[in-house]
Amino acid sequence: MSNAQHDPSHEKGDVVAGIIKRSLMAVAIAAVIFAPTLLLKTQVSQISNTLFIRYRWEAFAIGCGLLLIWRLIYEFRALQNARAHHKSSSRPQARENRFGHFVGPVLLVAAIAMPFMPFTDRYILDIGILIITYVMLGWGLQIVVGLAGLLDLGYVAFYAVGAYTYALLAEHFGFGFWMCLPLAGIFAATWGVVLGFPVLRLRGDYLAIVTLAFGEIIRVVLLNWRDFTGGSNGLSNIPRPSFFGIPFSQGPDGFAATFGLEYSSLQRMGFLYFLILALALLTFYISSRLRKLPMGRAWEALREDEIACRSLGLNTINTKLSAFAIGAMFGGFAGSFFAAKQAFISPESFNFMESATILAIVVLGGMSSQIGVVFSSIAMVGGIEALRQLQFLKAVFGPDFDPSQLRLLLFGLAMVVVMLWRPRGFVSSRTPTVFFKEKKSVGSSMISQGRG
Amino acid sequence: MTRPLLQIQGVETFYGRNQALHGVNLDVREGEIVTMIGANGAGKSTLMMAICGVNKAARGSIHFDGKPIHLIPPHEIIRLGISLSPEGRRIFPRMTVFENLQLGTAAIGPAHFDEDVQKIFTLFPILERRQSQRAGTLSGGEQQMLAIGRALMGRPRLLLLDEPSLGLAPLIAKQIFDTLRELNKTQGLTVFLVEQNANHALKLAARAHVLVNGRITLSGTGQELLTHPDVKAAYLGGGAH
Repeated sequence: MSNAQHDPSHEKGDVVAGIIKRSLMAVAIAAVIFAPTLLLKTQVSQISNTLFIRYRWEAFAIGCGLLLIWRLIYEFRALQNARAHHKSSSRPQARENRFGHFVGPVLLVAAIAMPFMPFTDRYILDIGILIITYVMLGWGLQIVVGLAGLLDLGYVAFYAVGAYTYALLAEHFGFGFWMCLPLAGIFAATWGVVLGFPVLRLRGDYLAIVTLAFGEIIRVVLLNWRDFTGGSNGLSNIPRPSFFGIPFSQGPDGFAATFGLEYSSLQRMGFLYFLILALALLTFYISSRLRKLPMGRAWEALREDEIACRSLGLNTINTKLSAFAIGAMFGGFAGSFFAAKQAFISPESFNFMESATILAIVVLGGMSSQIGVVFSSIAMVGGIEALRQLQFLKAVFGPDFDPSQLRLLLFGLAMVVVMLWRPRGFVSSRTPTVFFKEKKSVGSSMISQGRG
Repeated sequence: MTRPLLQIQGVETFYGRNQALHGVNLDVREGEIVTMIGANGAGKSTLMMAICGVNKAARGSIHFDGKPIHLIPPHEIIRLGISLSPEGRRIFPRMTVFENLQLGTAAIGPAHFDEDVQKIFTLFPILERRQSQRAGTLSGGEQQMLAIGRALMGRPRLLLLDEPSLGLAPLIAKQIFDTLRELNKTQGLTVFLVEQNANHALKLAARAHVLVNGRITLSGTGQELLTHPDVKAAYLGGGAH
């Protein structure tokens, strides 16, 4: 290593060669161990009632493959650590900036292009919608948990408020989706303030317990107030959103006929997809703008040190309530979208598991990284769906093996691994909200002073 | 004689049933540095918190510029022109130095920000070099400078300092006290300082008080207290200085 240090042209090649060599060694050793354990299986033949050996090449390959991946992650980490030691001055925020600048637009383009891809079918669109819904909820909760540092375990309550707001207003007053969307946000924000008031003095664990209870209270009320919410039967026949007044129906007034297209039920799905994408982008835009405004900075300061906030004259009450309200508002938007998409809602959709998933997305992605939330949503929601698709594992573990039953186990395991690997989430660094305007000139004058 | 900018009369505070302050009376006049020294647990920080309204005074009154402030919430008190650099610095560790300074203007708004931040950078040049660094990575002395700078960003008429020399090397502590003297001389900044580091703090002060178990036991000019035998014995290491 030290030789390579002095000669930068050889450094990269040496490092890569070293990684490949060590990885192949590891796989070779693993192959020796896996051969008798995974590859060979003795089975009793049903016909002749004798033992014979079955070769399980798939299991063997998967075992070796997993080990290779693990080894590469390990090598990559070691490399990172070594680099971090050599240039301790490299600023984490600079890395995050570049990361966000490239990855963000790429993801956005991919998200916009996805519905037009030839392989996209109803199922993929559906998962896309689900992932983006969770991205949006993650961004909303990130305001409360990531920015303001208020651990909220009952976020799904606001999602429910939004969903029931739309469903009930549509049922009783015939309001359309576009009218209910802002109303759902307002109602959810109001409930955010209602939750905020009693918990103003609480922090940490105690706050988490009260918010958890709040989430359950909302769910139990929805479950038991049968006359109003339909109880466990839920509310059905919620009107679908229209394309600015044009319904997605087969008739002459429908979307397809108006735009001279052939009718397809996918058009509605595509519209819903872009609707939630737009809502999520709105959430992204507003929350990243808010971070740079005095309000957002006050949230972050509150997370860092409440006493210091008070000594600086920040109104901590307003700061907390605004964090709850704005976080809840986005939950409400997402909820009314959820009701519109499903056309049926019941309290079952708003249980604690949802809150936990959204919180897990935020924690896993990194408390203060918006890009991180996207990755963790894809990993969590998409990953769980992908685990349903592992039918080929049946070939390995026998036809009785149902991978979808194991998905929560695998999921928990993956979370533990990620938290060991990156305790502060996928993207752990925090981007400063402001830079000094004359940064460059100041920097150069400092350098000249140093030389003189 | 100028009228008192800060007037504390008979302030008593409680933590639960424990009384921390037993009727403290104190004046701070415009343009002077007043010091209060006292041991751990004497009630120094409690008094600071009472002035800022974080822990309300149970009895007694606090007037700032003639207005009673013991009944209004902290953020309104700060808006009147009081800034506190709290005990233990309490900077925002994960935010940059620059963001910390920006938060100093939370009460008054960003109107004079650019001008004021230049002043702070002139006062503490190290902060300019560290401006885009996370505040938690600063050294103790730099953090204290940041805490004072952040407090000054609020354009205070009265600067409250709670143990600015806490945990600092003597040389750095001296530098900070020199800066305070400078600010007081050139800009007429009024400072109320509580300290355990009696030597520096008393040299700096026009007037000084000694707080023992929630009561003021001695008052006088800084020089008087510096040479007072009781103070020497209790706070100045038996007159070693």
